[in-house]
Amino acid sequence: MNQTQILVIGRHPEILQTVIRLVNNNPEWNATGCITDEEAINVFKIQEFTLVLLGGGIEEQSEQDLCVFFRANKPDIKIAQHYGGGSGLLSAEIYEALR
Amino acid sequence: MAQTILHKAETRGHANHGWLSSYQSFSFANYYNPDRMQFGALRVLNDDTVDAGMGFGKHPHDNMEIISIPLEGDLEHKDSMNNVAVIKNGDIQAMSAGTGIYHSEYNNDRASQVKFLQIWIYPNKRNVEPRYDQLTLNLADRHNKLQQVLSPNPDDAGVWIHQDAWFHLGKFDKGIDTEYAIKKQGNGVYIFVLSGEVEINGQLLNTRDALGIWDTDRFKITALTDAEFLLIDVPMVF
Repeated sequence: MNQTQILVIGRHPEILQTVIRLVNNNPEWNATGCITDEEAINVFKIQEFTLVLLGGGIEEQSEQDLCVFFRANKPDIKIAQHYGGGSGLLSAEIYEALR
Repeated sequence: MAQTILHKAETRGHANHGWLSSYQSFSFANYYNPDRMQFGALRVLNDDTVDAGMGFGKHPHDNMEIISIPLEGDLEHKDSMNNVAVIKNGDIQAMSAGTGIYHSEYNNDRASQVKFLQIWIYPNKRNVEPRYDQLTLNLADRHNKLQQVLSPNPDDAGVWIHQDAWFHLGKFDKGIDTEYAIKKQGNGVYIFVLSGEVEINGQLLNTRDALGIWDTDRFKITALTDAEFLLIDVPMVF
């Protein structure tokens, strides 16, 4: 099965782990988690992602810089904000972003 | 001209986890309906019933304003800010998840269910410092009038959150009516009927029905029977 690759970025390690676990509960999705911008940029260079989920704690400037980088390197990348921290909103946010 | 959207009670999502029965006005967890994602900044309105002795184990949240309104029974709240509290009918609890918190909610009663509304509002600012607030309301203050229970202002009546949102509760006798003036230009109101029948701008609402109304500055609510309802006044664009 071709899984949708999702890059999840968030500054809170425990919440990031929760988000990754919940994303991976769906066999059609596979999440890779990063805490720092540097990690996210490095992994984005070597892996093919369909969606980036921006989680909690990311500073505004970091968020802007990351979005510029992702779009410059993959213009059709989908980027969505994740609210709630591994919550009941996660699946709907992903479905909406992938529509 | 006012625009409206009617959400009948039976059109809500429903999850039955055995210990938890949750009726969901908007997409949540396994309930996904692209036409029911939110009403402006209102993202979650879950009408939850928790069995005796059961509850939500420790779980995280971030970047969301989370409001709990107990309708029956007592719910124990514990969080990573060292808050331990019991909320009961007549209370309202607000939590700004901000940069991240953990909490649990349990019904410690061995005999009775807990019924409560779980409401999530998108914050107007991400990554705020987490905070918790709880208030016991005077139930007499909503009899045949609207009682403000939440606002954006710490100095105003009720609890406060990081969003230009206002909540009001009303418990009206049959035949009583009132006019509600929307608090801020660009806001809309989601009216959720807790019990009874009400009429709003000619639209009949029964128990657990909801009506969203926007592009207007005021509307009239009439109780057709003894009725209780919640008004959620939120920005439509945020």
